[in-house]
Amino acid sequence: MEFGPHLMLASLEGAVIASVLVLTSMGLSIVFGVMRVVNVAHGEFYMLGAVLAWYVTSLLGGHPAVGFVAALVAAPLLVGAIAASADRVILKHLKYDPDRTIVATIGLLYIIQQTTLMTFGPDARPVAPPFNHRLALPWFEFGDSGFAMYWPWGLSTTSYKLFVIAAAAVVLIALWLLITRTKIGLIMRATQQDSETAQAFGIPVGRVYSMVFGLGAALAALGAVLVVPIQQAHYLMGADPLLLSFIVVIIGGLGSLPGTVVAALLIGMSDGIISVFFSPTLAKIIATFLVAMVLVWRPQGLFGRSVP
Amino acid sequence: MLEVKNIHAAYGDAITLHGVSFDVQPSEILCLLGRNGAGKTTTLKTVMGILPVTSGSVTLEGEEMSSLPPHEIPRRGIGYIPQGRRLFPELTVNQNIEIGLMTRGMGKDTKEWVLELFPRLRERLKQTAGTLSGGEQQMLATARALCLRPKVLLLDEPTEGLQPSMIALIRDVILKMKNEGFAIVLVEQKVDAVLQVADRVVFIENGRSVDRATAADLKRDPQMLTQYLGV
Ligand SMILES: Nc1ncnc2c1ncn2[C@@H]1O[C@H](COP(=O)(O)OP(=O)(O)OP(=O)(O)O)[C@@H](O)[C@H]1O
Ligand SMILES: [Mg+2]
Repeated sequence: MEFGPHLMLASLEGAVIASVLVLTSMGLSIVFGVMRVVNVAHGEFYMLGAVLAWYVTSLLGGHPAVGFVAALVAAPLLVGAIAASADRVILKHLKYDPDRTIVATIGLLYIIQQTTLMTFGPDARPVAPPFNHRLALPWFEFGDSGFAMYWPWGLSTTSYKLFVIAAAAVVLIALWLLITRTKIGLIMRATQQDSETAQAFGIPVGRVYSMVFGLGAALAALGAVLVVPIQQAHYLMGADPLLLSFIVVIIGGLGSLPGTVVAALLIGMSDGIISVFFSPTLAKIIATFLVAMVLVWRPQGLFGRSVP
Repeated sequence: MLEVKNIHAAYGDAITLHGVSFDVQPSEILCLLGRNGAGKTTTLKTVMGILPVTSGSVTLEGEEMSSLPPHEIPRRGIGYIPQGRRLFPELTVNQNIEIGLMTRGMGKDTKEWVLELFPRLRERLKQTAGTLSGGEQQMLATARALCLRPKVLLLDEPTEGLQPSMIALIRDVILKMKNEGFAIVLVEQKVDAVLQVADRVVFIENGRSVDRATAADLKRDPQMLTQYLGV
């Protein structure tokens, strides 16, 4: 394949990775932004979403779309509820102390991972995509004979991958509207900016925290449900998304939601492109290098405000 | 109306209040006076439930506040204007007011009422609270608390860092609220200003309420002021 079509193919792969990463990172970023909790178990909520998606589809049978739609609704709700309970049972009692919540979420990571292993076993589980048409893509060129359109061999994607990109965009817009346009969003932002004063104005801060922790986990689970028809569900699959989400949140600026979106697109796209042209390992190396650069030159992240 | 009886409270293990008592009635201004670090802010925070009451009681119209979940206390009708304003800095003026209205489910008429008290805020509804001037921030903090249509208003050093004209404006609003029947607890450093508006004064020292007097008595005999404040 020539360079142009090859780059387009790689960019499409990158866009799919970026779409899932945006959701996962937003979950991590919202939790940190509102609660100041670094949730080390975030990747396990993603993994749990994927495994539950497999479980739900395997229960339902029938056309793959039926199971998939059920998983798309059930997995984030279940994972969100589990996370909200973990907040009530564990984090609340640590009074959201930054150090102790890190240790506690490391514990939570292993509890979720091992429970999943014991319940569902170590096998990787495939989920059938709800639809999966192969779409050949055209390429345009100005050659000797003028403008020409042709269909390069191998330049194609699937309808499902395009759906993942569209779905992530829709969720992102919905999330944006929730935060900026609704009463719940206003309450979340007030709590984020000054929880003590928020409480003095009747905001039940504890319940807001549970909801936010649940929302963050549900976003990770949603990303996982979208990914699972492309990549099999497995009890160890939470490590990569955790690492990448951390990289994104550091580059974007802790707690900055626009920064998180931009950084997720940047990291996701470059991960996809570099993986296609070179290797996935190089992609991770470059992302990690980028984090190091950001930490050295702009520790508050690209979009974060500097700490005075 | 609001009755605080022998409350004790601590920041973690550090016991900070060792017995503070006072009460305030409708259409009355009660002032808490004391040196820096005496525990005035801590007293108000404890009434608001930000710090738990370890012993003693806080009752509003006979209902015990200290056993309620903290966010229910403002909903019972206690409006709080914290020291240093404590606005939600990245929310707009309008959104800060909305938060106040939400507390007790107040509506448009209440918003109109506070914006009439502070017309400057009406011109700046879309401005981010953190970018307001100090005086405007104090107006917003006051407006936000009034949005509860509270029975009791707690004000912690509302004139801190303000120029005289702004202090006069805040004082006028406080007096207006008194005449509307609010019970007001005022923490203030400026003794002259206190004596102008207060009905009664309670002195706080080392986390205890140690003495009390009417403002009229203090004007006649300022001995207590010398004793507890060194003025
Ligand atoms: N968050 C906190 N943690 C621990 N101790 C605190 C905290 N806030 C206040 N204190 C301590 O409690 C005591 C009372 O403080 P408080 O703020 O109530 O004083 P204050 O009377 O309001 O003083 P000021 O006039 O300076 O505002 C002080 O010794 C202070 O150091
Ligand atoms: Mg104080």
